[in-house]
Amino acid sequence: MLGFRFDSLTLPAHAEETRKRVRAFLDKERKAGTFVPHRCSWNTFDPEFSKRAGAAGFLGMTWPKKYGGHELKMLDRFVMTEEMLAAGAPCGAHWIADRQSGNQILRHGSERARELILPKIASGECYTGIGMSEPNSGSDLAAVKTRAVKVDGGWKINGSKIWTSNAHRAHYIIALVRTEAATEKRHEGMTQFIIDLKAPGVTVRPIRNMSGEEEFNEVFFQDYFVADDMIVGGLGEGWNMVTGELVFERSGPDRFLSDYRLLVELINRVGKNPGERQAVEIGRLVSHLSALRRMSTSIAGMMERGENPLVQAALVKDIGTSFEREIPEIARKLVAVEASLDDPDDRFAETLSATMLYAPAFTLRGGTREILRGMIARGLGLR
Amino acid sequence: MSNDQETSMSAILLEQTDRLLGEQVTKEIISKAEEGQWPEALWKAVEESGLTLAMVPEDAGGVGVDAADALRLVRRSAFHAVPLPMAETLLAQSLWVSAGGEAVEGVVTLAPCNPVDRIGIAADGNGFRLSGVARRVPWGGKAGHVLVLATDAKGASHLALVPQGKAKVSARRNLAFEARDTLVFDGVTVPASAVRAAPDAVAGEGMLILGAQVRTQQMIGAMERCLDFAIAYANERVQFGRPIGKFQAVQHMLAVAAGHFAAATAAADAAIEAHGSRDAELAVAVAKSRAGEAAGEVAAISHQVFAAMGFTQEHPLHFSTRRLWSWRDEFGPDAFWQERIGRLVCGNGGDSLWPLLTGT
Repeated sequence: MLGFRFDSLTLPAHAEETRKRVRAFLDKERKAGTFVPHRCSWNTFDPEFSKRAGAAGFLGMTWPKKYGGHELKMLDRFVMTEEMLAAGAPCGAHWIADRQSGNQILRHGSERARELILPKIASGECYTGIGMSEPNSGSDLAAVKTRAVKVDGGWKINGSKIWTSNAHRAHYIIALVRTEAATEKRHEGMTQFIIDLKAPGVTVRPIRNMSGEEEFNEVFFQDYFVADDMIVGGLGEGWNMVTGELVFERSGPDRFLSDYRLLVELINRVGKNPGERQAVEIGRLVSHLSALRRMSTSIAGMMERGENPLVQAALVKDIGTSFEREIPEIARKLVAVEASLDDPDDRFAETLSATMLYAPAFTLRGGTREILRGMIARGLGLR
Repeated sequence: MSNDQETSMSAILLEQTDRLLGEQVTKEIISKAEEGQWPEALWKAVEESGLTLAMVPEDAGGVGVDAADALRLVRRSAFHAVPLPMAETLLAQSLWVSAGGEAVEGVVTLAPCNPVDRIGIAADGNGFRLSGVARRVPWGGKAGHVLVLATDAKGASHLALVPQGKAKVSARRNLAFEARDTLVFDGVTVPASAVRAAPDAVAGEGMLILGAQVRTQQMIGAMERCLDFAIAYANERVQFGRPIGKFQAVQHMLAVAAGHFAAATAAADAAIEAHGSRDAELAVAVAKSRAGEAAGEVAAISHQVFAAMGFTQEHPLHFSTRRLWSWRDEFGPDAFWQERIGRLVCGNGGDSLWPLLTGT
């Protein structure tokens, strides 16, 4: 028997009610023309959309009301995210804060941090990034070198982080930093800090990605002062914090719906009477998607029960992002079209182009495929 | 009965089945069955344990487990590579009883078993006459009875329970040396008492969907066995001074196989839950095609891990992999079901896909 399982889960009635609310909100947005589904994904940064989503009650859904939350269940949040993704809503501004950073601050942050940050995340006005990787610490996260030293009332940080999405337009990042010199126990002596990106001592340098967009960044710390109560989790608890948030980062529908709109455009482009090969390939993609959605729902149910299904999350991300990578490759085989970045007359070509240029990131961000497979192998009892 | 009691009853049945099959389905038995020796003692043990009548209600002489539990039993029986038409008999008996017939002794198989074959039925004196060819019928030449889904001139579906000896049999086998015989119904006559209106669950092409459901669950069982074998071997087999499972190349192969297996299992679980509902056809189409694709990957990776040893007659891996290669093609291969899903989805348009996936 495999060392892990995916329990069956039927979404409860309250989650289906939430689905209706989210769809009504999205219908209104679409009718008002606030976003163009075939050009958007969860990476599309749109603060105005985030504020409206916050006002409608779709951010911080599971958090206590006193921090601006709505005291709903994980499964309500799961349904909200999958509906947003399927609709192609521009969720980029609030995505990391709502998915990950906010939960970390709620569970492990100080009271001041919670009061300062959570209500603004829930209202869609505060955005965050993840400060894990460094120039010489990618998949080998325990190799981080950015260093904090104790000073009166807090810590002084020097070093740099890289590949931090949205750091140039977000308010905070949560950074993994060494608070003790590295020893043989490499996973010890690290701590997570909430970094205010507008404070002195922080410089952000956008790194243009290969499609020409500025999305990820390098973040430099020069004698940056951070107060003691901006630690997330205990001193030296950084590694546990980082691994604890992986399940949020890896198991959600954002790991198999990133290019869902391309699948929709492909189906529309192929039309109502597909050729045999088109029908077979599209049917195959739908059967993969259907299985993935069930697995991801199952994990949301386990998280709701307080479990931490790390191996399952790694598995969903591995096969989910492989599925995402397949969609553009299959789409271009089924429809003879030359990808174009600016062809307003051809939505399919436009979506295909944007996806092509983004697809390499699917199997890198949030843990490479190779790292994930190592974790799965451990779950199988091979390491 | 409370839910808890029901759950524990089905858990007990599952455990008993597992123990029975684990003890009795030996390598020797499977090998001999593949050479053509009918494993009578094993069949008797399976019959006595009630497995072949599992889905028949208690008041009709069966065990009365619900379809979901029966399908889990089928999944487990395939883990053990049971060389018997257990799943076919289980399904056929329950169909026949649900159509108003009485359970019969011995092996019962069903036909047709693919999307192409059609058997016609017409009134003939006091009885009926069947015509047509059914290919690849599981144990078609061995079964005491064949439950035939036949269509009359008006398009109505009937079930006919045809005793052995009526149809002309040509012996055929699949890749797992399981009997898959061609049955020619050349104006075969049966009495009226052996024909019933087909229940809604199988009318039209329902037999195809039920068969695909059964093969899907069997593939899950066989894939689990392959992975069990391969993971254990990767931890035992030492090369270059360490177990081969310590090498990343091997770890990643097995992680890929586990991903396919987990996805196929999720789809197969969904198919069990949808059984008998109006969502069953789509759920089975998804599950059969997802499991069929996974079956190929899991079988290939398992063999790669085992190297030459898994390629021998001696090691039991091939009992499972040869079944996977056969079952993925039976009752409609992956591409058949994928095409069907694709036509449905394209016919509805891109914006209808999400409501379809979420059942809303």
